[in-house]
This record gives sequence, structure tokens and C-alpha cells, in this order.
Amino acid sequence: MSLVFLVGVDCSDCSNRALDYAAKRAAVKGARLVIAHVIEWSPFTFSTPQENEERHKRREEELQRAHSEIVDPLVARLLEQGLEVEGMVRHGHAAETLMQIANEIEATNIVIGRKGGSRFKAQLFGSVASALAQISDRPVTVVP
Amino acid sequence: MNKKSAVFTALATCMFSLPAWAQSGIDQKINDAVKPASDWVAGIIFSSFPMFGVQFPFVLVWLIVAATIFTFYFKFINFRAFRHGFELVRGDYNDPTAAGEVTHFQALATALSGTVGLGNIAGVAVAVSLGGPGATFWMILAGLLGMSSKFTECTLGVKYRNEYADGTVSGGPMYYLTKGLAERGFARLGKLLAVLFAVFCIGGSFGGGNMFQANQSFSQLVNVTGGEASWLADKGWLFGIVVAFAVGLVIIGGIRSIARVTSKVVPFMGILYVLAGLIIIGMNYTQIPAAFVAIFDGAFSPEGISGGVIGVLFQGFKRAAFSNEAGIGSAAIAHSAVQTKRPVTEGFVALYEPFVDTVVICTITALVIIITGTWDPNVDPGAGVQLTSTAFESAFSWFPYVLTVAVVLFAYSTMISWSYYGLKCWTFLFGESRAVDTSYKLLFLVFVVLGSSMQLGSVIDFSDAMIFAMAFPNILGLYFLLPVVKRELNEYWDDLKAGRLQKFN
Repeated sequence: MSLVFLVGVDCSDCSNRALDYAAKRAAVKGARLVIAHVIEWSPFTFSTPQENEERHKRREEELQRAHSEIVDPLVARLLEQGLEVEGMVRHGHAAETLMQIANEIEATNIVIGRKGGSRFKAQLFGSVASALAQISDRPVTVVP
Repeated sequence: MNKKSAVFTALATCMFSLPAWAQSGIDQKINDAVKPASDWVAGIIFSSFPMFGVQFPFVLVWLIVAATIFTFYFKFINFRAFRHGFELVRGDYNDPTAAGEVTHFQALATALSGTVGLGNIAGVAVAVSLGGPGATFWMILAGLLGMSSKFTECTLGVKYRNEYADGTVSGGPMYYLTKGLAERGFARLGKLLAVLFAVFCIGGSFGGGNMFQANQSFSQLVNVTGGEASWLADKGWLFGIVVAFAVGLVIIGGIRSIARVTSKVVPFMGILYVLAGLIIIGMNYTQIPAAFVAIFDGAFSPEGISGGVIGVLFQGFKRAAFSNEAGIGSAAIAHSAVQTKRPVTEGFVALYEPFVDTVVICTITALVIIITGTWDPNVDPGAGVQLTSTAFESAFSWFPYVLTVAVVLFAYSTMISWSYYGLKCWTFLFGESRAVDTSYKLLFLVFVVLGSSMQLGSVIDFSDAMIFAMAFPNILGLYFLLPVVKRELNEYWDDLKAGRLQKFN
């Protein structure tokens, strides 16, 4: 059975450690890597008709920007190291969407970084890391 | 950036000169000047024929007959698809790969924020006052039938929308009338109906979707700050400028954050309004049976209402139509940006619009007014908001303040929605360009100031007439396109029953 590591990334700078960790493990184990970024989005928000009209266009722009500014540079860096890597950008609730992707690609492991946010903020808004740990049905590695 | 600030300066100059006219009694002059034209147009649109001894406006018959025909033609789609519509709104069928696009929920919420407004608060109070409690019954019936009209127009709105190369989407009656009727071999008629619709829609966007909203929210604001003695009483122009500025920030300045905040606060105010209404009804639960008896008795054997049953029916139907806009065509514009491969799905979702607007919210207002006994047959039709305010005040003395905030926000969101509807029609007629775009938006803002600073009774009549006039070309076109909707519906319904549709959640 081939190993697949899913790495959730927030931004290109702040996810370096999680990425390095995953890359190192992947190199040792011969695993495939999938680098995913989730654009925070909910199907139940309220918007103006003008926003709805442009939504499709904005979505394309958001996907493109996330690819070019966050995911693609990271993928390129790991490809240079000779790893098997793929990038992915989705809209949705961060933890839930990462789970969905994990199911789709049959990830054996999920690796994510932790934002250096305060406890207070995490209490108030919840953190992706803790939400993912709650809902995940496979090992989750949180890299501080 | 310079261009933008130049526009704002021009705008500000323009708006600051308006009040000067208002002060010099020019509102009276404008009123007198447009009155003959306005009366003429309103006279045609609301031209009535005698029915059982009452003058019954043709446009209402037009709306209600269409809603009834659609209900039968689609075999009670308003009840049949009610559950499936809910599943769609809930997102059961949302394709995860389309995450980030406009969902059914978002399209519905956007359309609702355009319709839930003063019609639900002010209009209902007028209907119950003039038509007695029985008007509620006919209002609910009109709301239920109106669901079928919305189903039809919103399905078509999505089916014939324009998807532009840059990724934006827009739709509405102007497009389904032109493209849909052309498909059926009536290209010239379709074009004519589309142009008529666009003209009326622009009129409606200045009137019912703008001046009426500004006027009524100002009236409520004056009312809570002390009525005649209020410092604000003669400062409608000031209110108008503030509102126009706030609207301008969003529609010209493109300040999305304001729109975003409003779009979050408005549903909250709506829920608060419904809850307050339910609490008042609950506090007087012993009177609920009596209220329903009054509604049924009043619907079929009213006493002391001019025109008897037909008079009551007229009030109920009129307010329902004004509030939920079913058959008017405006909602088809708002619904058309949804992401779906099957246009008919948005039709199912649109069923909820008249339901929430009329069957739920309007009925709550009506019940509160009936239970608290605040309705008054001698009410001035312009004082609708004040009546509802008094009804809520009798239970919670502080509620008029909350209501004022709600009214102003509802008016604001309705204006933003209608400015969009009007703009879509304006660009349909005059083409897409920045100048065309901005000219409409500036005009729209001028009407905000006019609406709140002047007592232009006849202009408001005119704008009501314009909104209802939209129903003529729209519904006529709908009759031609019914088979198209039926085909879409049948194909989808077969797939649904056969389990060929993928559920994702």
C-alpha cells in the first residue's frame, strides 16, 4: 500500500516547518505528498446581488491566486527535492475540507502547521488543528 | 481615484442643492407638475373594472389568475416541491467541486433581502386596516399561489441567463423574454416585452424600490424621535443625503464591507422581528383562536368593509403582491446567479421566497396587529409603519426603536437590491459601459434624496404603478414559456424520483 501524506498549508511562509517535516518523512518512507490550501468559505453566507453576479469570476481569481502565491511555490520547492508532489486548492471550512480531500486522495496521514495564535483566539474561533484532530479518522500530525 | 472623487463631488453638490428646492416649496411644484402624467399612468396600470360591485384593478386579476394557472399547470408545484426545495437550500445537493460558487442558499437569501422590507411591515398594516382581519386570509392565499409564479420566473431566469466571457453571470426577465420567446418563434414580441419590462423595472427601481423605502423609513424615524415635534421632522433632506451617501458608498464606491455588514445584519433583524412578533402572539395566546376566527369570518363575511368580500380580497391580494413581488419579475434577476446545472432547482428554491415573505412574515405582522387591536379603518395609507410600530409598542415599549433600526436597514438593503435590478435593465437598454453605469447610479441616489425630502404622493403612486406594470410583459412572456419550464421540471422530477441525482451531504 502506498503512503500518501496530506499537508494542509495556510500561507507559504508560515507552513514551512510542517512542510519540511512532511517532506522529510515522505523522503524516508517513499510517500506521495499532496499540498492543500483551503480558502475559507461557507455556503450559508449572505451577499448582495452584485457579489453573486461576480462570484464565479472571483472564485477563479481566488483559486488562481492561492495557487500562484501559496501552493505552487511550495510544490516547486519539493519537486526540486525529487519528491512526488501535487498541489490542491479548495473552498470551504478548513478542517472539513481537509478531511474531504483526505478521503478523496486516500491519505494515510494528515500534517498541518499550527498558527501561533493566542489561546484566547483559539477558544473564541476554534483552530483548524484542534477541529481536525476532533473529526479526523486517521492520524493527524500538528507541527508547531 | 481622481475620477471617483470627482464623481462624489458632483454628487454631493447635486444632493446639497436638492434640499434647497425642497425648502422653497418646490416639492409641491414638482408634485403638481407630474401629477397629471402620474395619474394617467397609474390610471392605466390600475385601471379597474367593476366586479361584484367593486372596482377591481386589472393588474391584480392578471397576477392572481397567472399564479393560479401556474399552480394548476405545474400540478401544485408549490406544495409538491416544498420538501425538495428545502433539501436544496440546506445544501444536500451541493457539489463539493463547485464549492466557492453561489449556492442555492445564497441566491435565496439575496433575493429575500430584496423583498423582505417595508411591504411586510407597513403594507400589511394598511391591508389589515382597510380590509379588516379577513385580508390576512387572502394575503396568505395569494402568497401560496405566488410561489408558483416565482417558481416559473426563477427557473427561466437561470435557464436563459447570460454567462459572459469574464465569468460574470446575469439574468432576468429581459433575457428570458428575448431569448426564450425567440426560441419559440416570437423574437419581435419577445424583444418588445423585454424592453417594456426594462423600462418599467427602471421606474420601479426609482419608486417602490427606492423613494417609497426612503420615505417610509424616514417617517418611522421621525415618529420615534417625537413625531411633529422631532428635530428631524423637517429634515428629510438630511436623512436622504445620509442614506444616499451610504447607498452610494456601496453602489458607486464599491465599498463591499458595508454591503457585507448589512447583509449580515438584515437577516438578524428579520429574525428578531419574527421572534418579537411570535412573543407578542404567545403572550396573548388566549386570543389566537379569536384572531383566526376574525380572519376567516372577515375573509368571507366582512362587516363594514367597503366592497364586502371582494374589497377584502383586493386589499389582501394587493399587499401580498407588493410584498413578495411574485409575477413581477424582479426576483428572477436576483436568483439567476446561482451555480446549478439544472435551472429548475432554483425554481424550487424560489418557492421559499413568497412563503417566508408572505405566509410567514406578513402573517405574523397581521396577527400582531389583529391581536393587539391596533388596526384602524381610518388609517392614512401612508402611515402603515407607524401602525405596526404602535402594535409592537403595546407589548414592548422599547420596540419602536428596534423597529426603526430594522426598517432603516430593510429599506437600505431593498434599495441596494433594487439599484441592481434597475441597473441591469438600464444596461440592457443602453448597453454596458462605465458612463451608462454611473449615470444610472447617480440618478438612483438623487431619487433617494427626493423620496425622503418631499411629500410626493403622486410620484409614489406612480412608482407603485411601475412595479405592478412589470407584471404585464413578464407574465405575458411566462405564458409563452410555460412548456419550456414544464419540460425542465419533468426531466428533473423523473431523475429525482429515479434516484439519478447525486446527493452529497
